[in-house]
Amino acid sequence: MTSAETPLVEMRHISLSFGGIRAVDDVSLDLHPGEVVGLLGHNGAGKSTLIKILSGAYAKDEGEILINGKPVSIDNPRDAKALGIETIYQTLALADNVDAAANLFLGREITTRWGTLDDGAMEAACRQVMGRLNPNFKRFSDPVKSLSGGQRQSVAIARALYFNARILVMDEPTAALGPQETAQVADLVKHLKTQGIGIFMISHDIHDVFDLSDRVVVMKNGQVVGRAPVERVTKDEVLGMIILGKCPGGAEPGPGAIPAEELPTEGVPDL
Amino acid sequence: MFKPLLAPLKKAAAATEVDTRLVGMIAVLALIWLGFNAVTGGAFLTPRNLWNLSVQSASVAVMATGMVLVIVTRNIDLSVGSVLGVTGMIIGVTQAEILPQMWGYGHPFTWVTALLVGILAGAMIGALQGYIIAYMKVPAFIVTLGGLLVWRGAAWWVTSGRTVAPMDAQFRMLGGGPTGSVGELATWLIAAAICVVVVYGLVRNRRQRRRHGFPLRPLWAEWLVGLSVSGITIGAAAVANAYPWPTRVAERYAEAQSIPVPDGGLVIGHGFAIPVLVALAVGVIMTFVATRTRFGRYVFSIGGNPEAAELAGVNTRRVIMQVFIIMGVLAAIAAAISTARLNAATNAQGTLDELYVIAAAVIGGTSLAGGVGKVAGAMLGAVIMQSLQSGMVLVGIETPLQNIVVGSVLVLAVWVDTLYRRGTST
Ligand SMILES: Nc1ncnc2c1ncn2[C@@H]1O[C@H](COP(=O)(O)OP(=O)(O)OP(=O)(O)O)[C@@H](O)[C@H]1O
Ligand SMILES: [Mg+2]
Repeated sequence: MTSAETPLVEMRHISLSFGGIRAVDDVSLDLHPGEVVGLLGHNGAGKSTLIKILSGAYAKDEGEILINGKPVSIDNPRDAKALGIETIYQTLALADNVDAAANLFLGREITTRWGTLDDGAMEAACRQVMGRLNPNFKRFSDPVKSLSGGQRQSVAIARALYFNARILVMDEPTAALGPQETAQVADLVKHLKTQGIGIFMISHDIHDVFDLSDRVVVMKNGQVVGRAPVERVTKDEVLGMIILGKCPGGAEPGPGAIPAEELPTEGVPDL
Repeated sequence: MFKPLLAPLKKAAAATEVDTRLVGMIAVLALIWLGFNAVTGGAFLTPRNLWNLSVQSASVAVMATGMVLVIVTRNIDLSVGSVLGVTGMIIGVTQAEILPQMWGYGHPFTWVTALLVGILAGAMIGALQGYIIAYMKVPAFIVTLGGLLVWRGAAWWVTSGRTVAPMDAQFRMLGGGPTGSVGELATWLIAAAICVVVVYGLVRNRRQRRRHGFPLRPLWAEWLVGLSVSGITIGAAAVANAYPWPTRVAERYAEAQSIPVPDGGLVIGHGFAIPVLVALAVGVIMTFVATRTRFGRYVFSIGGNPEAAELAGVNTRRVIMQVFIIMGVLAAIAAAISTARLNAATNAQGTLDELYVIAAAVIGGTSLAGGVGKVAGAMLGAVIMQSLQSGMVLVGIETPLQNIVVGSVLVLAVWVDTLYRRGTST
C-alpha cells in the first residue's frame, strides 16, 4: 500500500462547510498513477463535495492539495483541467440545449485558422469517441436534452476521456447505464489504469468498487472512517464502515472511525 | 385531425432544415401586411410605405439582435431605450456642439468621431451594468430596471433637457432619406452580391458536409432555400428602387449636378436606405458571433445550464458581462440611427423601445427560459412590431389604443410561444 513514488494527488486536511453543515471535515486522501481509489459512503457523506473541491467547482475552507508533490491552488474548473483533472459529475453537467459535440468540446472548442468554431471537426471527433464508447449512439445533431439517461451519461464520459486526463474523477459514472454499457465503462477503467491514469471512483455499487478499485476509502458525515487495500477487507467489513463507521482491523482508521469501546458489541446492544 | 395532412409538409420542412418557426413568422408578417393593405385600400403595400417601414425598423432591429444574447443567457435588459436616449444625447452634443468648436462645422471626421464616442459610452454603460449583474450578482431585472431610470435621467442631464439639433450633414446619412440611400445601381449590386454569397454559402456547406461524410439534405431543398432567399432579396431591391425621390429634391439635385431634367420630371429611386444596410450588417455580424464563435457557443450553453458551463471551464461571469457590453454598443448604434433620422437628439428618444426590443426578440423565438434564440428571428420580429405600429398609424388608430395592441401582442406572442414549445418538445 505504501509506495515509494510521489502520489499523483494528495489532498491534506480538507474541510468545507455549507452554512452550519460540515460537508467535508478534515479529509486526507491520496491517489497514485495507475491506481483506482473507490470512494464510498452513504448519501450525504460528502463524497461529491470532496471531489468537487478537487475539480474546482467548490473552494475549500481549509487544507491543501498537492499534484505530483507540488502544492497547487485550484480556484475554478479551468485550473483543475489545466492540471489534467477531468471529472464526470454525478449530475452530468451537460448543457441541455446544444448537441453532443458542443458538450464534448464545451470550453475547449476546436477552431479553424480564422478562430471560428470548426463544427465539422468537432462533430467528426465526437462521432469517433462516441463510436468507441457507445456504438449505438447516432443522434449527433440533437440537443442532449432529447437523449436518454444512458446516452447523456456516455456524452459526459466521452468529455472526460477525450482530453487525455491524468487524473479522472468519476462520480457515479454508471448510475444511468445498462449492464452492457456498465461493462464497457469497467473495461475502460481497466484500460486507463494501464496508461498510468489515476482514478477516483464514487459508486453506490460495492461490487463494482471491489472489482475495479485497488483501495477503498469510506466517508461518513464528512469524515474519513477508514481506508484499506481491497484485498485486506471483506465487503461486509466495508458495509460496516459505511453504515456504522466501524473500522475493521485490516483498515487504517481515519478521524471519522468510531473507537472500538463505543461500538455495539456483537448481539448485545450497548446502552 | 390536421396531423395526417400536415405530416408530409412537416417532412418537407425538416428536409430543408429551415426553421419552421421562421417560416411561420414570415407568414404572420405577410398576413399583417395584406390585412393592413386591405383595410387602408392599398396604402400599405406601396414602395414608399415599405421603404419607410424598413427605415423605422432599423433601430429596434439592431438592438433586438443584442437582446437575443441577453435573454439567451437568462437575463433581461430593460434599460435599452434609456441607454439609446443617453448615448443619442452624447452623440448629438459631440457633433453639434463639441467638435464644431474644435474643428469647425462640416469637418469630414465629425460624424465618425461622434459615432465612436457614442459607441464607447454605450460600451461603458453596458460594462457597468454587466459587472453589477455578473460579478456582484444583482439580478439583471433589477439592475436594468434601475438603469431604465438612471440613463433616462442622464440623458436629460447632458443638456438639462435641451434638444440638440441639427446633426452633421454626413452623419444624417445614417438615418436614411434621399441622401441616406445608396441609389438604384448600388442597390442592384448589393442584392446581386447577397444572392451570390447565399448560393456560395449553400454550396460550401454541402461540400463540407460531404467531406466529413455527414448526411446531406436533398438537392431540391437546397434549391428551394437558395431561390427563396434570392427572390426575397431581389424583390426588396426592386421595391426600394421603385420609391422615387420627392420631385423637389430631385429637381434641386439635378440643378446642383447640372443634369438635364427630362419631360415628366427626373425620377431617381431611393434604393436601400443606409440604416437598413447597417441593421443588416449588424444582423450578419451578430449571427456570426452567435453561431460561429466560441463566445456565441458559451452564451448558448450558459443559457442551457449555467452550472454545466461553469464546470466545463467557461468563464461564465465574463461572458455575461461581455453580452451586456455588446448590448450597450448596439443601443448606441441604434441611437445614431435614430438621431440621424430625426436630425436631432432629444432626451425622450427611445422611450418604450425596451418593450419593442424585447417583444421583437421574443416574437422572434427567443425563449425567456434561456438557451434558445435566433438573431434573424429577432430582426424579423422587429419588422413585425414596426409593421403593426405603422399599419395602425396608417389606419388612424390613436396612440393609447396602439399601446394597448402592442402590449397585448407581446403577451399573446409569449403564450403562443409556450404552446409551440410544448408542441415541439414532445
Ligand atoms: N451546494 C450545497 N449547498 C449546501 N449544502 C450542500 C451543498 N452540496 C452538498 N451539501 C450538503 O453537504 C453534504 C454532503 O453532500 P454530498 O453531495 O457531498 O454527499 P454525497 O456523499 O455525494 O451523497 P450522494 O451519495 O447522495 O451523492 C450533504 O449534507 C448535503 O446536503
Ligand atoms: Mg454525490
